[in-house]
Amino acid sequence: MPDTNLLSVHDLKIEATSYPPGEPPKRITIVDGVSFDLQKGKVLGLIGESGAGKSTIGLSALAYGRGGAEITGGEVKLDGTDILKLGKGGIRKLRGARICYVAQSAAAAFNPAHKLGDQVIEATVRHGLMSRQEARKRALYLFQVLGLPSPETFGDRFPHQASGGQLQRAMTAMALCSHPDLIVFDEPTTALDVTTQIDVLAAIKHAIEETDTAALYITHDLAVVAQISDDIMVLRHGRTVEYGPVQQIIEAPTQDYTRALVNVRQAIRREAPDQSKALLDIENISAEYSNGFKVLHGVSLHLCKGQTLAIVGESGSGKSTLARVITGLLPPSDGRITFEGKPLTPALKNRPRDDLRRIQLIYQMADTAMNPRQTVRDIIGRPLTFYDGLRGAAKTARVKELLEQIEMGNGFIDRYPAELSGGQKQRVAIARALAARPELILCDEPTSALDPLVAEGILKLLMKLQEEQQLSYVFITHDIAIVKAIADSVAVMHRGRLVRFGPKSQTLSPPFDDYTDLLLKSVPEMELGWLEKVLATRRMESAGN
Amino acid sequence: MRAREIPITAWIGLFGIALAIFCALFAPLIAPYGETEVVGGVWQVADSQFFFGLDNLGRDILSRLIYGTRTTLFVALAATVISFSLGILLSFIAAVSGGLIDTVFSRFNDLMMSIPTLIFALVVLAVLPQYLFVLILVMAVLDSTRVYRLGRAVALDVAVMEFVEAAKLRGEGKIWIIFREILPNTLSPLLAEFGLRFAFAILFLSTLSFLGLGIQPPTADWGGMVKDNKDGIIFGIPAALVPGTAIAALCICVNLVVDWLLKRTSSLKGGRGDA
Repeated sequence: MPDTNLLSVHDLKIEATSYPPGEPPKRITIVDGVSFDLQKGKVLGLIGESGAGKSTIGLSALAYGRGGAEITGGEVKLDGTDILKLGKGGIRKLRGARICYVAQSAAAAFNPAHKLGDQVIEATVRHGLMSRQEARKRALYLFQVLGLPSPETFGDRFPHQASGGQLQRAMTAMALCSHPDLIVFDEPTTALDVTTQIDVLAAIKHAIEETDTAALYITHDLAVVAQISDDIMVLRHGRTVEYGPVQQIIEAPTQDYTRALVNVRQAIRREAPDQSKALLDIENISAEYSNGFKVLHGVSLHLCKGQTLAIVGESGSGKSTLARVITGLLPPSDGRITFEGKPLTPALKNRPRDDLRRIQLIYQMADTAMNPRQTVRDIIGRPLTFYDGLRGAAKTARVKELLEQIEMGNGFIDRYPAELSGGQKQRVAIARALAARPELILCDEPTSALDPLVAEGILKLLMKLQEEQQLSYVFITHDIAIVKAIADSVAVMHRGRLVRFGPKSQTLSPPFDDYTDLLLKSVPEMELGWLEKVLATRRMESAGN
Repeated sequence: MRAREIPITAWIGLFGIALAIFCALFAPLIAPYGETEVVGGVWQVADSQFFFGLDNLGRDILSRLIYGTRTTLFVALAATVISFSLGILLSFIAAVSGGLIDTVFSRFNDLMMSIPTLIFALVVLAVLPQYLFVLILVMAVLDSTRVYRLGRAVALDVAVMEFVEAAKLRGEGKIWIIFREILPNTLSPLLAEFGLRFAFAILFLSTLSFLGLGIQPPTADWGGMVKDNKDGIIFGIPAALVPGTAIAALCICVNLVVDWLLKRTSSLKGGRGDA
């Protein structure tokens, strides 16, 4: 029944030209032979790793190719008309009117110099679909539907006066304003905290139902897309891996790749018992920035040798600051840190070199954590020379040994970071930390910038190394699933305070304090109807209050 | 780096610079006449004997051009290299240290920049004894204020990167951080600036010579030669254009080479085609 399809994409092929330095330009295929249909009022989830072509497909629904991507084959039919064959003028009439787009980072997508309200109605008014007055009324209605605070005046705010979650909802309002037939959501909740994500997800879902709009929902998180879609298409390397109703994909995936995505991060590690002697003991630590802003309030924690302490919390909870305090980058204003029974010098510059060696840090973004002008040999080799005085053949041999340990071959030794994939870069960063023969590694969200399967590989590597070398980790993350998988003890932080600390089995089981409860319940689960369940509980609780 | 990977423009630039260096090194051997030797009539036109003709005193322009390469190239290059070493070192120290050091360096730099360069140079050179190294140092110090500005701006961007923080956490000293972590990542804009500054140094030297405070006669330098022969232009004598063209050609050559280096260094793969 082809007539009921709102959007029908058939055998889509998208190519781009890449210009590798020193080589002739190459044609690369980004999307190859992808077909799907979308009916009015339905949501199709596009899911895949980075580079799978999901955003490119989403944008092709607007007949747009980003960064030199060209649609070279296939058709994109909206209500039976192939929009790829429309001229520039025809496409312009569609964009922002019948098809709208919600970008990943609303904070970057809004113009900081204009009020939100004006930006929300701009496209609709420009297209002549409504008068300014009507559009304002529509925007007000949408602000209400999306649950924005004080909807009457929300439009008068500038982008910097709204939070990330509010901006993402405002952007959704902008997309919905013109009564579009189709909205393309490009990872709308990826940049948000879990507790905010759930609100935005609920708002988007509610708004889509209310306005009967069709949507393409692009994400890399299967658990998120399962809450909101009717159908799911799993993509890999620009090809369709599996395409079907959400229930079938989650409950009975037919492809190995889909199964791997569904089963990602099952528990890998059993909890070790708390030992009496701690490797790292943090007592009553407070810290403030040089402007007097207090970021940590009396945090006390400890970590035993060979174990993993996970620190969880939203952005701004002070979890990364705690790592900076341990490293000495931000000396604490109060409290003390004991490492292996001896007090640790507060400030970095006074700390003995051997203490620096024993505590290493792995960053979230391996891209910026490695000097782009040094080869893997230099990056891993420097700590060897610096701490152990290794040079020449002995150094090369040790670098190769470390590459072996992080499961990368010797062929990578002369590569620059730009020639490595995201996962490989993070592995090299781990090798650099290992090169110092550390006892404690602080991991600052080392997997949150990676695709789920790659992240799982990194976690497994960290666990393997821990077992082999008796390493201790402080693992900072906002992902509860990781905590469940790898931690021995867990610390929950909120606004610079320690909310809860203890062995994993205790911390993550009831009775909960309010914040931990909210945090745990906000983590999307790979389960149909999870979002409704959580929202229903919330409503009951608030009714009970 | 294989020869065939060097683009043709870079070859042209390299050839031009090589030619200039060759002229500077072997001036007495290749110049047909002496530097200050009067060989014929005033502003005698070019013929087979005198390739570019003669200048305002009847000296051979080609010979003076070849001798002039020595002074021009040496002074401009020395001044630019010194100004870059000074500017980069001070600006990177300021960027890495921050705080009081940064403030003192930067405000002093502002103070220096607030005085017009040419007037400053004229006053200083008029007071100081007229040695070549004094000239070079004055040019270098005045130019280093511009390099400092640029150097501090680019170094600040790199100094906040996490790999610099990682180096600090490792316990590395300031010298390592400046030369191994920051410098390689700021080379692109600095090299581009070097090409520009070198051209400006030639022009600045020419200006000073033109005003009588640069290279002193009878020593030949390109700027001075333009000044000597400028009056000829009124009478339709192109003698002043010859050194002028030489200045332009050398500047272009330097920039062609810098452009190529820039492309090489801005590629994060180190510009190695086989990598």
